[in-house]
Amino acid sequence: MQHYTMNLTLKVWRQKNSKSQGAFETFQVKDISSEMSFLEMIDVLNEQLVSEGKEPIAFDHDCREGICGMCSMYINGRAHGPWHETTTCQLHMREYKNGDTIVIEPWRASAFPVIKDLAVDRTAFDRIIAAGGYISVNTGNAVDANCLPVEKQQADDAFAAATCIGCGACVAACPNASAMLFVSAKVSHLALLPQGEPERKKRVVNMISQMDTEGFGSCTNIGACEAECPKGISLENIARLNREYIGSMLSGSATGV
Amino acid sequence: MNWKLYFSTSVGKKIQMALTGLFLIVFLIVHCYVNAQIFYNDNGVRFTEAAHFMGTNFLIRATEIGLFGFLILHIVQGLSLYFANNSKRPSRYAVSAGNATSKWYSRSMALLGTLILLFLVMHLYKFWAPNRWSQLSTGHELDLYAAMREEFQIMWVVGVYLFGCFSLAWHLVHGFYSAFQTLGLGMHRYKGMIKAVGVGFSIIVPLIFAAMPIAFHFHIIN
Ligand code: SF4
Ligand code: FES
Repeated sequence: MQHYTMNLTLKVWRQKNSKSQGAFETFQVKDISSEMSFLEMIDVLNEQLVSEGKEPIAFDHDCREGICGMCSMYINGRAHGPWHETTTCQLHMREYKNGDTIVIEPWRASAFPVIKDLAVDRTAFDRIIAAGGYISVNTGNAVDANCLPVEKQQADDAFAAATCIGCGACVAACPNASAMLFVSAKVSHLALLPQGEPERKKRVVNMISQMDTEGFGSCTNIGACEAECPKGISLENIARLNREYIGSMLSGSATGV
Repeated sequence: MNWKLYFSTSVGKKIQMALTGLFLIVFLIVHCYVNAQIFYNDNGVRFTEAAHFMGTNFLIRATEIGLFGFLILHIVQGLSLYFANNSKRPSRYAVSAGNATSKWYSRSMALLGTLILLFLVMHLYKFWAPNRWSQLSTGHELDLYAAMREEFQIMWVVGVYLFGCFSLAWHLVHGFYSAFQTLGLGMHRYKGMIKAVGVGFSIIVPLIFAAMPIAFHFHIIN
């Protein structure tokens, strides 16, 4: 594709901290290359702001190659922009043309309070993991891997679920701000493996309870999460989480948890 | 954890919605079957027979109490989920994804459900309540066939019924699939099948219901 440059209007959400009221601020950026990534375009804007003596836009990013899940931006109504199974850092400016206006918002959910501008606090996810997303490993020598046979399909499904990068796009995209896709991916990848067996019955319940406590909404099977997940986590994982939950309900300990 | 706690988490509430929803789906099948007897066009003989059985059989009447219980649970739980979920994003997006990532009816279940509820209040007021009242006070059932024939001459009543069926159809398209997904059956192996059966059900049942006022109004049956 031919390389080209463009001038853009950006409407970016600015917010001082979680307590303050935010508002949109409009910026113009010039000579943006079609080869740039979306975050590089924001870098250009920030350099411009710094050289003008203004406060740069705060946004999260780390790996810039689609694996860390930090680059949360809600771009023109879409989590991580319009490309399928793509994080913001992998979105490239060839998506846009000269004269376009782009509206950039933070993830909006009460469980993800805004830290500043586009950066949100996703530690709620960490607390959900801490509530049950772990396995018990006894100390001592590592067990021979061949002692634990895992069926190929199970291993593949567990691996597919484990590709969740905890980016929170599912919450951002869900009309209910529910974290079910994330939780289902984390429950699934352990439920499918023998290593996850000991905590199986209480894991799902503890993680769901924590999800509720954190103030995420509840899942009504709308499916916007699956459509926006950069890692292609499937709704099948939510069905599995529901099965795990019902299993725990019917045969889990009545007194524990 | 005990039953009460299990049913009160967000997934527990979802299971309540699914189970009550499936019960209501079974009710729709029975209701539709009984009412479809009018299409024999035998001046309501078979319909009245079936309605008499439904109105007097002890087991059916006992189930009716359960039906109202489940219906109320479905409504109360559904509305409270709607308001709770609505409060989880106090600051709204300036631009939203709309239909790009999800279907309008799956996002509008509370609205569609409320429309069905409004229809239902009128429907019960017109047929169910007077009939039960007459059973209580006089020991006799009303001639529901005649009542239908009379009511469905009125244009706006037919209109409200058609609108009720329309809302029901869209509510079912999402609700049918959703109930099975909630019960954990949404794996690839079943998903296509459940969706297809769900869409078929959501078209056929409301269509049969909709045909009733139309048939009376246009004297296709009399
Ligand atoms: S499920 Fe997908 S969208 Fe949700 S946190 Fe994981 S990777 Fe991100
Ligand atoms: S910056 Fe790591 S996924 Fe985008």
